[in-house]
Amino acid sequence: MRTSATPRSMEGMTLMEINAGDTAWVLASAALVFLMTPGLAFFYGGMVRVKSVLNMMMMSAITIAVVTVLWVVVGYSLTFGGDTGRVIGDFSVAGLKGLIAPEAVSGTIPTLAFVAFQLMFAIITPALISGAIADRATFRGWIVFVALWTSLVYFPVAHSVWFLDGDNPGGFIGTGIKAIDFAGGTAVHVNAGAAALALAIVLGRRVGWRKDPMRPHSLPLVVLGAGLLWFGWFGFNAGSALSAGTTAAVTFVNTQVATAAAVIGWLIIERIRNGKATTLGMASGAIAGLVAITPSCGAVTPVGALILGVVAGGICAFAVSLKYKLGFDDSLDVVGIHLVGGLVGSLAIGFLGTAAAPSAVDGLFYGGGVDQLGRQALANVIVGVYSFTVAFILAKVIDLTIGFRIKEEDEVAGIDQVEHAETAYDFLAAGSGLRGHSTVVRTEDPIDGDTSDGTAEKEGAKV
Amino acid sequence: MKLITAVVKPHKLEDVRAALETFGVTGMTVTEASGYGRQKGHTEVYRGAEYEVDLVPKVRLEVVVEDGDSAEVVDVIVKAAQTGKIGDGKVWVVPVETIIRVRTGEVDGDAL
Repeated sequence: MRTSATPRSMEGMTLMEINAGDTAWVLASAALVFLMTPGLAFFYGGMVRVKSVLNMMMMSAITIAVVTVLWVVVGYSLTFGGDTGRVIGDFSVAGLKGLIAPEAVSGTIPTLAFVAFQLMFAIITPALISGAIADRATFRGWIVFVALWTSLVYFPVAHSVWFLDGDNPGGFIGTGIKAIDFAGGTAVHVNAGAAALALAIVLGRRVGWRKDPMRPHSLPLVVLGAGLLWFGWFGFNAGSALSAGTTAAVTFVNTQVATAAAVIGWLIIERIRNGKATTLGMASGAIAGLVAITPSCGAVTPVGALILGVVAGGICAFAVSLKYKLGFDDSLDVVGIHLVGGLVGSLAIGFLGTAAAPSAVDGLFYGGGVDQLGRQALANVIVGVYSFTVAFILAKVIDLTIGFRIKEEDEVAGIDQVEHAETAYDFLAAGSGLRGHSTVVRTEDPIDGDTSDGTAEKEGAKV
Repeated sequence: MKLITAVVKPHKLEDVRAALETFGVTGMTVTEASGYGRQKGHTEVYRGAEYEVDLVPKVRLEVVVEDGDSAEVVDVIVKAAQTGKIGDGKVWVVPVETIIRVRTGEVDGDAL
């Protein structure tokens, strides 16, 4: 569903008119997708311990800054400007050259609207990875990793999956293998999840992993973050229609349906396995559902989305425990939710896809045979292996040169004070929680206007 | 003089404080504490990983009283803090050598 407007295609094609509705929706969607990264900062920030919350949030925030700069300079051009060997773009629109011209149109929207929308995807993808290396990565190492991984992995992968060029061959995954990835199950989630696994392995386990309690320091922050992610995801999925019409409406509804179903799927598994439905399980189930519906939101019916959501929520609820069995410290379950959830959603197209949906491919359950399933599997294996390999090498090189893991004593003291010279909460000044234990003895409301002389206020303060 | 220390359930603090005030105890020091006795902690679950939370939140209340009042004050605290369920806490008494009021320099009985 992606396209691009290179100078070449602009000359070669009949210029389409800009559609105001489409442009408005894509620009609004770009803003929605932007909000997902601050949402991710809350989601991840709440899940770490008190001593690491600022660093966790900074890893997301610095990704916004680094990738935006990179995107303008070469990123957009390498992803959607022209084509080199069907795997990457070129430098033809480096610096967004010429794209402020009114003739720069991509489909029915100004190319710059597409540039803005796609930028937000390029930002959140590396930001997702940060959850795997919570509490222990040097800030400089992370910045270098983000710049290099985005350049060497995200740009070519997004090009291979999404670049279309009229009748010319586009990216080899989207137009060669013909795998469907509507909004980024492969290009974003499997891609980020595979890199996360590599980083968790290279950086190693946190001090005290599986011994010290590492429970989330603020579940309300996690819920806030999950809410912002869910909200922004409507832009992520329905905005990927790049138009304000049926496709956007279908993908919008499928996104909501699958996410709700995934919450239920995750909580059912938790209730059976642990006896309780947890808040973190609710938030995690929602993200698992959002991830799974991302590649498939244009390929399934709302009932298909329902089934997909329940299955994805249930599978991811199990997948997050894999790290304990396999022994890698993927701290905030980027692998269990994004790699596994992305795979589930992408492969589900091979089963639940229907030609009646915008992506227009029948899966196994709709009489389409196993062909599409094979295409989906191949695409994810290629992206997963490539991303893992490059991330692994990059992490090793960064670790051996400028250092990617903070010192053990710094990790114990807390990465916030060591890497940022700050701490998130001033508990001492906040006072003791004991004040909350006093009983309210006065039940009458203060009389209106009585507070003006301060008497009533004083009495109120006494209780 | 005696130092009476009570570790009680946080939600009983206001009952204990009110009972002591009624009895005539004019001041006290209260701190948040955590620990466990026979009650032990509880289990929390995060994404399927179970954590044993051993330490239970409590409040620690300290008052210094005249020797003669000690037994009665202990009684007041125990009655007010009791729920009959496991985890109600402990009260203990130790002798105090001297006590000084910082503002005036008054000593011992005058400082209480």
